[in-house]
Amino acid sequence: MMIKQMEEIMEIRELEKKAWLIRKDIIRMIAAAGSGHPGGSLSSTDIMTVLYFDEMNIDPAKPRKKDRDYFVLSKGHVCPALYTALAHRGFFDTPELITLRKLGSRLQGHPGVNKGLPGLEASTGSLGQGLSIAGGMAMAFKLDGKPNRAYCLLGDGELDEGNVWEAAMSAAHYKLSNLCAIVDNNRLQIDGAIEDVMNVNPIPEKWEAFGWNVICCDGHSVKEIKEAFAQARECKDAPSVIIAKTVKGKGVSFMENKAGWHGVAPNPEQEKAALAELDEKEKLWEASVR
Amino acid sequence: MKKTELPKIDFDKPKLESTREGYARGLVKAGERNPNVVALGGDITSSTKVSLFKERFPDRFMSMGIAEQNMAATACGLALAGKVPFFSTYGVFASGRCWDQIRTSICYGEANVKIGGAHGGVSVGPDGATHQALEEVAIMRCIPNMRVIVPADVHETEKATLWAAENKGPVYIRFGREAMPIITDEKTPFNFGKIAKYKDGTDVSIVACGSLVFDSLKAAFQLEKEGISAAVYNLSTIKPIDAEGLLEASRTGAVVTAEEAQVMGGMGSAVAESLVKTNAVPMEFVGVLDRFGESGEARELMHVFNVTHKDVVAAVKKVLARKK
Repeated sequence: MMIKQMEEIMEIRELEKKAWLIRKDIIRMIAAAGSGHPGGSLSSTDIMTVLYFDEMNIDPAKPRKKDRDYFVLSKGHVCPALYTALAHRGFFDTPELITLRKLGSRLQGHPGVNKGLPGLEASTGSLGQGLSIAGGMAMAFKLDGKPNRAYCLLGDGELDEGNVWEAAMSAAHYKLSNLCAIVDNNRLQIDGAIEDVMNVNPIPEKWEAFGWNVICCDGHSVKEIKEAFAQARECKDAPSVIIAKTVKGKGVSFMENKAGWHGVAPNPEQEKAALAELDEKEKLWEASVR
Repeated sequence: MKKTELPKIDFDKPKLESTREGYARGLVKAGERNPNVVALGGDITSSTKVSLFKERFPDRFMSMGIAEQNMAATACGLALAGKVPFFSTYGVFASGRCWDQIRTSICYGEANVKIGGAHGGVSVGPDGATHQALEEVAIMRCIPNMRVIVPADVHETEKATLWAAENKGPVYIRFGREAMPIITDEKTPFNFGKIAKYKDGTDVSIVACGSLVFDSLKAAFQLEKEGISAAVYNLSTIKPIDAEGLLEASRTGAVVTAEEAQVMGGMGSAVAESLVKTNAVPMEFVGVLDRFGESGEARELMHVFNVTHKDVVAAVKKVLARKK
């Protein structure tokens, strides 16, 4: 028992360590691109880290393997978090991250599968469509009695889109228990707070009413995210949604909880300051877990 | 270009069958040949005749309710996971209600999704403008990676549907509600991407698609009696357009296009875009001209909207007056 608990703690530390790397690369690549979406990329970093380094059955050596789990980034604008997770997981080399948004890059401003980036499953960017895509995948696996699972990350602002609720209705209708949605609940969208722009609250109750297995967690606690995914797997008669409470811009104090950092790249000074802060916080974290 | 041999047609009393029957038959055949073929329905499954597939393969039919955006993007997910999904509903909704899902989720990544757009044209009749699809060709063909087929009769619709099932990538097939004259048979070849010559002629070329192929043939035989030799072509594949075939067709020196859809952006526009680069002959366009449809019986509406053989005859005479 003791050994198992120790192993779990070590696993969580490994994931937290990865998340620091990913946060820093997100800052670097968006700064190099001169445009992009740091706020939501940083709020979804810990979720993405757990998905790609713990939860999903994937193999960077065989990105198209038949029994793999599929991930759809419905909030396509936070692709820096996805690209970074894919690169660090070994789907492609990390130096390519710096080509984000550049002409000829496989790392398009919003994900496009036609560019051939290994590990990327769906083209997204026009909000509201990803949950339907993941639902279609889950439906295909069920039809064939396959063990694959489908995952989909949505933004809370994205929940304004009617297509999301059409997808929510049909996934529950077809009891797609192999589908797991995650809502990056950072409470901000471009024009401001979600309550002010278009009040989508109460979020958990809405999903419950649509027939989903609803799990709430701290979207920056690797431990809680892991547990939420485990809980989702246990549900056998409904799709699951994890409402992950997050902070937009998490990790970089001047970006945190600021709608203004939704879609603006840091300038060179801001990049330097952000990286210095993340380095400092990582050191403190290392000291705390030693 | 060799003329395609057609069975004998009685222009006064042609045999009739709706193209939606052809779509359903093609879909069932495709389902028999490939277990990965699945169908999604938007609550009008009997009306699109996809009910035939549902009866034959109940486990491979997905009822999606009245939610076209979800139906389109779900089809994309099914395709990305290895299925060959066909989603079907009325053309106005199949092309318009989920245009962005078709563009971004399906076409951008070339997902292997097939779209059946029912109730094309004013011949839908009494349901009126809201349900008469006239803009699908225009709004589907402008999306990269999309292929657009408007078959001429029930047999061609069946063959086009089978072709779509067996070839990768997005395809939009337009078919109609009303019983339509049968002009081909089981043996008539369907060559995707190729224009087919259905009648020889030397004075003018009529390029038609869908229900207007029959009307164009009828018009051409009538013109023959007046001493005008009109060739008739079936352009069922509107995208990709057969530029070479059109160039050959244009050698008569005058072209009339005929379709039961908006000319603006539709097949007529596509032909003009092609010919203006290769052989800019005088052209006239038979089709719906920047108007909404309205309620009425199919035959009345075809007359009111100027999409009958009489309108083709008039357009031929008009274009011949301009021919050099």
